[in-house]
Amino acid sequence: MDDIITLDYGSGGKKTSQLIDELILKNFNNSQLLKLMDGAILPIQGHIAFSTDSFVVAPYFFPGGDIGKLSVCGTVNDLLMCGAIPKYLSLSLIIEEGFKTNDLSKILLSIRNTAIECGVNVVTGDTKVVEKGKGDGIYINTAGIGVIETEHYGKDKIEEGDAVIITGFVGDHGIAVMSARNNFFVETDIISDCMPLINIAKIIFKYGTKVKIMRDPTRGGLATTLNEFVEDTDFSIELNEKEIPIRDNVHYACEILGIDPLYSANEGKIVIIAADEIKQQLLNDLKELEEGKNAAIIGKVTKNHKGLVVLKTPIGGSRILTKLTGAQLPRIC
Amino acid sequence: MQLKFKDYDKMSNIVNYLRNYNGPAVKIMEVCGTHTMSIARSGIRTLLSEKIKLISGPGCPVCVTAINRIDEIFELAKRHDTIIATFGDMLKVPGSKAGFNLSMLKSQGANIQIVYSAMDALNLAMNNKENEIIFLGIGFETTAPGTAVAIKEAAVKCIENFSVFSMHKYVEPALRALIESDDFDIDGFLCPGHVSTILGIRGFEFLVEEYKIPSVITGFEAEDILVAIYKILNQITGDNPSIENEYLRIVSYEGNKLAQNMLNEVFYPDDDLWRGIGVINKSGMAIRNKYSKFDAVKKFNINLDFVDKSTACKCGEIIKGKIQPDECKLFAINCTPENPIGPCMVSSEGACAAFYKYLRF
Repeated sequence: MDDIITLDYGSGGKKTSQLIDELILKNFNNSQLLKLMDGAILPIQGHIAFSTDSFVVAPYFFPGGDIGKLSVCGTVNDLLMCGAIPKYLSLSLIIEEGFKTNDLSKILLSIRNTAIECGVNVVTGDTKVVEKGKGDGIYINTAGIGVIETEHYGKDKIEEGDAVIITGFVGDHGIAVMSARNNFFVETDIISDCMPLINIAKIIFKYGTKVKIMRDPTRGGLATTLNEFVEDTDFSIELNEKEIPIRDNVHYACEILGIDPLYSANEGKIVIIAADEIKQQLLNDLKELEEGKNAAIIGKVTKNHKGLVVLKTPIGGSRILTKLTGAQLPRIC
Repeated sequence: MQLKFKDYDKMSNIVNYLRNYNGPAVKIMEVCGTHTMSIARSGIRTLLSEKIKLISGPGCPVCVTAINRIDEIFELAKRHDTIIATFGDMLKVPGSKAGFNLSMLKSQGANIQIVYSAMDALNLAMNNKENEIIFLGIGFETTAPGTAVAIKEAAVKCIENFSVFSMHKYVEPALRALIESDDFDIDGFLCPGHVSTILGIRGFEFLVEEYKIPSVITGFEAEDILVAIYKILNQITGDNPSIENEYLRIVSYEGNKLAQNMLNEVFYPDDDLWRGIGVINKSGMAIRNKYSKFDAVKKFNINLDFVDKSTACKCGEIIKGKIQPDECKLFAINCTPENPIGPCMVSSEGACAAFYKYLRF
């Protein structure tokens, strides 16, 4: 193959076949995909969850991950949050003319490794090449199908007294990407938490309906996700800021940039609303896993401030935590 | 009292004192927007006795930028060969046309880039020779030295495609204008920590020597601010107005001489328009003739209008400490962070944004 991707690779002709053979099939060797039909015919029993997501992150390689890993984790994690075990993925690549073939190869390898880790097969896909200047290097879309493992979760199941649990440090991904984008903090080691949540979700599934709702707090961060849980309900969430795990380096980076880590994206965490009686056991179980060892109970559901998320600060004051409005932008001074 | 970083447990005595304070009712103004945000974020207002009112002052540089200047920025942004380099806070500030802002101009094709310093803007100029880079110089003595450095560097390197629209302002004239206004009603000042690192304690001595107003220079941690409020109360109840420095770990008596010299070399004090306040004599940082090549006002013949346009928005009253954000009729109804009418709502350090985000229980 050429060193860079040209428009010819998206033409549908010989070069497209070359790209599929030498880069795609080499990484995703399964019976459905190898048939190279217009779609995949899949054996599935039971209720399915179906999700799609598009990935446009810049830069596409960042500390702790890359757009490929992110594109698998994103959709796999969304399926898990629906209570489903992910089974199949589609993969759509939109590549800008001039993209380095070597980078594409690395991204596809990353997709392959993450898919293996999650136990999912990439069974169908598409590739387009757009003219130079009409893309941002590479965009990826994945869609996924999973089989429902446990009864559905929902905010209608939330009750007063439920506990709020987070499975680890918050804010890492957003700050890692922002740092990489702007060459900030080159001396520090802020890395994205981008990872599949399959092991941790399997622990949570065991608790059945005692877990009321869970979500991976990606864009908008922990604060926005918690607001979505209680908005238009009679309930409020009261958080204890002291208990929310935030890495020191993320905290310092946020203070310098004037950004709130509670709104910073996560790509490897789950926030859970669970019945009070199981909270400690669930926490103990989560802590047994490497990816859950920093889990913490960070608050509870009350009826004190209908529809609001309220944060108790370390000095004992209180403030509300609204949804993120617009993008977080660094302050002047 | 000196505290280590985030030493929450040591604060309980001070918190108890402030919660149970029963002396004379006091109004304390935080001059700086970063203090405003920190106070709101840490929930300090919810800890204070009703007799202690914290008032947000004119210390958010975005909030005091006049509508006229915002409109002038829009005109610059429409130039096809121009890149506007700006701090992120400016993107959503509306001008005289409601809802219209730089972010909207960007989506219509204007080339607007967020930078984190004036030097970033200069680098942009060096890497984009075919474009004219105009840096929006916003901020007080804290950010202005950075702008001065970039201008000096541009001069040394003979950069032709870089200029600064200086809307930088001096804090002291604004405080004097506020204090000398007819209905001034503030009992103490939380002096801005960042500006004090540049000006030093010396830069705020006039508050006590000339006006006898209790004042404490403080940092931005919740504990810093609580201690500063406690010290101001002690000054008030002890009838002992002075200028105290609670930000010992950063602020010296003389301040940062290098930065002060840099400011003096590149800028001179000129009359300037403050949103909601009007013209304040010698309060703006105009670029000296020596560096006029880099002065966007001269380079693009910007016609500076000095009439403070009034709007239904009460930001002007808010930054003078006359009313609280929720006393403005637009607050949280027509004016929200998604659709800000005034700069106090759009700026990340604005009083209305802080109130909206953190205090609407």
